[in-house]
Amino acid sequence: MSRRLPKGGRLIDRSRPLGFSFNGQEMRGYCGDTLASALLGRGQVLIGRSFKYHRPRGVVASGPEEPNALVGLGRDGSFEPNVRATMTELFEGLEARSQNHWPSLEYDVGAISSVLSMFLPSGFYYKTFLWPRAFWKHVYEPAIRLSAGLGKPPRRRDSDHYEHFNITTDVLVIGGGISGIVAASVAAETGVDVLLIEQASTWGGRALIDGVRIDGLNAEEWTESTLKSLQSMPNVRVRTRTTAVGIHDHGYVLLHERLTDHAPDHSVPRHRLWKVRARQIVAATGAIERPLSFSGNDRPGCMLASAVRDYVVNYGVAPGERTVILTNNDDAYRTGLTLREAGLGVPAILDARQEATGPLAKAARDAGLTVRPGCGIAGIVGRGRVERVQVCSQDGDGEVIDEIQADCVAMSGGWSPAAHLWCHAGGKLLWNDEEAHFAPDPARPPTGADGVAMMQAAGSANGAMHASAVLESAHSAGVSVGRALGMGRSGKPDRVPEGEDEAHEPMEPVWLVPARAPYSKRAKSWLDFQNDVKVSDIELAAREGYESVEHAKRYTTLGMATDQGKLSNINGLAILSRELGAPIEEVGTTTFRPPYVPVTMGAIAGEARGELFQPVRKTPIHAWHDASGAHWEPVGHWRRPYAYPMQGESVHEAVKREVLATRSGVGLLDASTLGKIVVKGPDAGRCLDMLYTNMMSTLKPGKCRYGLMCSENGFLVDDGVVARLDDDTWLCHTTSGGADRIHASMEEWLQTEWWDWKAYVANVTEQFVQIGVAGPKARNLLNELGPSMDLGREALPFMAWTDGALGNIPVRVFRISFSGELSFEIAAPAGKGRALWDRLLEVGKPFGITPYGTEALHVMRAEKGFIMIGDETDGTVIPQDLGLHWAISKAKEDFLGKRAQEREHMADPLRWRLVGLETLDGSVLPDGAYAADEGVNANGQCRTQGRVTSTYYSPTLDRGIAMGLVERGPDRMGEVLEFPVIDGDPVRARIVSPVFHDPDGEKQNA
Amino acid sequence: MPESVTPLEGAIYSGFVTIMDAGLAGMVLLRADLGDSDVVLALKGAGFDVPGAGELVGDLGNGALWMSPDELMILCAHDEAEATVATLTEALGGMHVLVANVSDARAVFRLTGDGSAVREVLAKLSPADLRRDSLPPGGVRRTRLGQVPAAFWFASDDEAVLICFRSVAGYILDLLSKVATPGSEVGHF
Amino acid sequence: MRDMLILTCPYCGIRCDETELAPGGEAHLKRFGPGSSDEEFEAYLFMRANPKGVHFERWRHAYGCGKWFHAARNTVTLEVYGTYSAQVHEPPQEIRDAISTRVPGWRWKGES
Ligand SMILES: [Zn+2]
Repeated sequence: MSRRLPKGGRLIDRSRPLGFSFNGQEMRGYCGDTLASALLGRGQVLIGRSFKYHRPRGVVASGPEEPNALVGLGRDGSFEPNVRATMTELFEGLEARSQNHWPSLEYDVGAISSVLSMFLPSGFYYKTFLWPRAFWKHVYEPAIRLSAGLGKPPRRRDSDHYEHFNITTDVLVIGGGISGIVAASVAAETGVDVLLIEQASTWGGRALIDGVRIDGLNAEEWTESTLKSLQSMPNVRVRTRTTAVGIHDHGYVLLHERLTDHAPDHSVPRHRLWKVRARQIVAATGAIERPLSFSGNDRPGCMLASAVRDYVVNYGVAPGERTVILTNNDDAYRTGLTLREAGLGVPAILDARQEATGPLAKAARDAGLTVRPGCGIAGIVGRGRVERVQVCSQDGDGEVIDEIQADCVAMSGGWSPAAHLWCHAGGKLLWNDEEAHFAPDPARPPTGADGVAMMQAAGSANGAMHASAVLESAHSAGVSVGRALGMGRSGKPDRVPEGEDEAHEPMEPVWLVPARAPYSKRAKSWLDFQNDVKVSDIELAAREGYESVEHAKRYTTLGMATDQGKLSNINGLAILSRELGAPIEEVGTTTFRPPYVPVTMGAIAGEARGELFQPVRKTPIHAWHDASGAHWEPVGHWRRPYAYPMQGESVHEAVKREVLATRSGVGLLDASTLGKIVVKGPDAGRCLDMLYTNMMSTLKPGKCRYGLMCSENGFLVDDGVVARLDDDTWLCHTTSGGADRIHASMEEWLQTEWWDWKAYVANVTEQFVQIGVAGPKARNLLNELGPSMDLGREALPFMAWTDGALGNIPVRVFRISFSGELSFEIAAPAGKGRALWDRLLEVGKPFGITPYGTEALHVMRAEKGFIMIGDETDGTVIPQDLGLHWAISKAKEDFLGKRAQEREHMADPLRWRLVGLETLDGSVLPDGAYAADEGVNANGQCRTQGRVTSTYYSPTLDRGIAMGLVERGPDRMGEVLEFPVIDGDPVRARIVSPVFHDPDGEKQNA
Repeated sequence: MPESVTPLEGAIYSGFVTIMDAGLAGMVLLRADLGDSDVVLALKGAGFDVPGAGELVGDLGNGALWMSPDELMILCAHDEAEATVATLTEALGGMHVLVANVSDARAVFRLTGDGSAVREVLAKLSPADLRRDSLPPGGVRRTRLGQVPAAFWFASDDEAVLICFRSVAGYILDLLSKVATPGSEVGHF
Repeated sequence: MRDMLILTCPYCGIRCDETELAPGGEAHLKRFGPGSSDEEFEAYLFMRANPKGVHFERWRHAYGCGKWFHAARNTVTLEVYGTYSAQVHEPPQEIRDAISTRVPGWRWKGES
């Protein structure tokens, strides 16, 4: 049954029909429709079911405050749940599905909980499922989880893409209604940058529907011409379909722009998240109409009076054939007049006030409408939608006076300024008795970095409820932001535009209809439609002692749904205040938090998804590794080859081959990720003596020394080889993941503690490729490249370095070894790194050169008992625990961590210390396994006396080897420990020296 | 001696902004007290102009970027970087300075596009104020691009030069290409 | 929402977005090394002020000039009284004056 009116609908284009589907049923709407208007136009009143009781629900509102009309939109990679039909612009082929029902929207099994609602009061879960505790896991939780949740999560990867956009502006005006346009115009005249945004696709807001006239023009004409001149100014930008979702510190505002929701196109970003830095902000966000609380107010067909008007005026859609209006203010009379003009039935205007004598009421009477002052609604009769309205006296307890046949109720409980954004950044609200709403308190605005107001509220967002006041407020906001930016007043918009609309009689706060409604009616008077919170629930919370508004909110879930209580907030507060016998302003509001409306996860992620989720750092040889089938290992943001499995070879087999080839011939390692930091200056030595636990100032130019770095807390944080380049220059190698951190830490100490020391630091990590050539044939191989320098044992002994050229490439060669083999690390300019690697492979062929990855490196270092930061250390380990006393200077008065290591606990003989572990059966110990001790701890768990820190299969020894930290470990050589495993018998391992291979270091010194 | 290669290996992407490898560039890092008139005089004597805070003089191949109150990036030809290191070291001999050739540590991009297109592409990835008045040609901005550090300047209104660390050249190229997709123009600046 | 400050780097004059900065905790701590008492060392390493109101913090212009600086700001109103060199042991007079103007009665530690 079509509800489309024969004419009217200022936003729709009847010459452009659009096909869409709802629950698989093909329907038609028009270009310019929202999904909600198209569904209503098609006569689809039932749109979804509620979250808790699965009650049938229809459209309530026409904007972002909509609590009920949430649908699942699209399919597959474009599916999105919980989309507000009121904010969804119709497009050809749109697919929507209703939510929260099974098996169908019309026949829902879950609706049984509605019948049982008396057993599901607020706090139901807290009370009912408290005991017995064991029931939680297997009985209560699975049952609750089945029925919980709003909508369905998408099952496919989002096929759209999203982006961010960062801008700085002088002024951001939020809201493209008449107040936003006025404020933007006034601010723009001063010459500052202005960005004006509007959440809808069209400008002008409510004034265009409500028949406002400005400066003698109707609001539509005025909007068009004012916007045109605004857009022609070079300092002004305007943007529609853009919602401000959060105001954060210092004028940081998030805007959610929807680029293609109205016309899907996967080739361009779907949404754009703007990160705006605004010096001044104007909130011209309008006001939101409040529903009235009467029994059955959640029946499909009960709508906000303004929304009913919107559907008629904007979309030419009749929400009902016969609409009863229930109001406590004059504004709703406009709905009556609009419906009348459209030829629709308005059997009665029920006005909860005792008198209705204003110009709008008079106009309604003149138009032949029946106005019934002092009346309310006792109940709604109808299955699944409004069929009859039971009229009662507002003063009474709901005795039915008569029944009116109607299919729609347009309700208005007054208007609340949309002050959410004002509150996000700390602005305070003030209760206004006359309009019964909270409005921004001009004396307590959100303040910025300079401590003064960074935001102005304008128009109805500021509590102005009539056209002339709205325009005055907006003008004043524009002037204020101009002044705040230090701009003088300009000539043109000095004058406040003159606004005309009908005068209003005062509204009257009405929080319950009828005033003395009994429990049976209060338990059917909905406050929060989306979370199914009723008047009786708030009363119960108050009675049970949840007197703080924040507690009552959480206990009842009022305002905690995706609509964040845009409709329910004030009504709920009023009921709470009534129950507590305290004025509303004392009860206060709950905290308004961003986002104002839901923001897609995609928009938040922006470009950071898929391959771009995190930066991947690549060495100059990355492409070769990739082409050579590297099995990758992430190290920080770097990707390093873990091993290079050949055809038909497992990763484990590859590691074994790489280790054996290196130990017997020569291996090649891309070590470019190692940190390389130059420290230079007259105080560089002194600086390094503080940063390292051992003495670096005594190192001779041309030599290298292994060093340890500790935090001020004494714990080992990094290690590496330091080379002295010349008298006042050192080169510090750090771990792969540590370069940026150690560089930053060096800068921090030099800048903030030792700022009078003359030492400069430069992180040159990425300037160089660094290639490890290790194995007994390493020197022979390098000599094939025609080195310009002597690489012999005497000229370049272990722990020395030299500059020169290899194969015509300028290099620095370090005789350092992490594998325990004869080893050279060669640094060359990164731009020639790949060339050097290729040359080494080429001349290495006769030597059986084998590239090896990080796992072979780790196995070889473990065979040698070398520690690895992050394996043997975990932020609680001091060098002494690792038997590295030799690397801790006794001669130095001070170094970072020295004071901390003097603490009693650090010298405790019972500390766990490094040992080697050798399984009795030769197997490989599980990584991280704990050694069991006698007895149990305070929690009744088995006591432990050590743990495995590194464990590998050693190809060199053909057995498992491990390192671990064990209580008094080095004093217990030969003892056998038991390591329990998850399945099977404990693994038994003997405490041994951690050096499993070449204990005298003959190979590396070769 | 083998030729040096850039990490971008001549990459080019044409979206509503064209993003391309700017090729080999010489870069020499200089740490020195730029507030010390002896340092500035010595630099001038050796032919190096010292840019003001947040500025650059010259351009790629011949110029200098202000990096911090005690750091400049001297721009020269790639094959002249070692010679530039030597010149600087000699000119500043006896002073407390650190000079290092970092030409291979970075990737250099050239971004070209009509009107404010280049500013838009950068604004999708960086929180910097990219209004022309805030960053006119001649200014340098060190900032964040996506999740990594970068620096850029406008050679002219429709052309910017961007430098980042070598290891993330691919990440930056992919980022810039993504946000320069035709059809995603914002039209803000 | 309380996040996303803007702080002006005193070294390069850039109004930095918080995402261009790295936080460094409380400012004006005195380092205690070898020879200090357990109490002094504990206070240096672990004890931090967490005031509701005027606070001094260390920040680094990490995605910029790389310099550490100090910020004097209010943890409640988020007003920034000023940013200044990290190479001082206490806030300079002009910062103290700026705070006193805005927070009557405020005194720097130990000042009468
Ligand atoms: Zn800075």
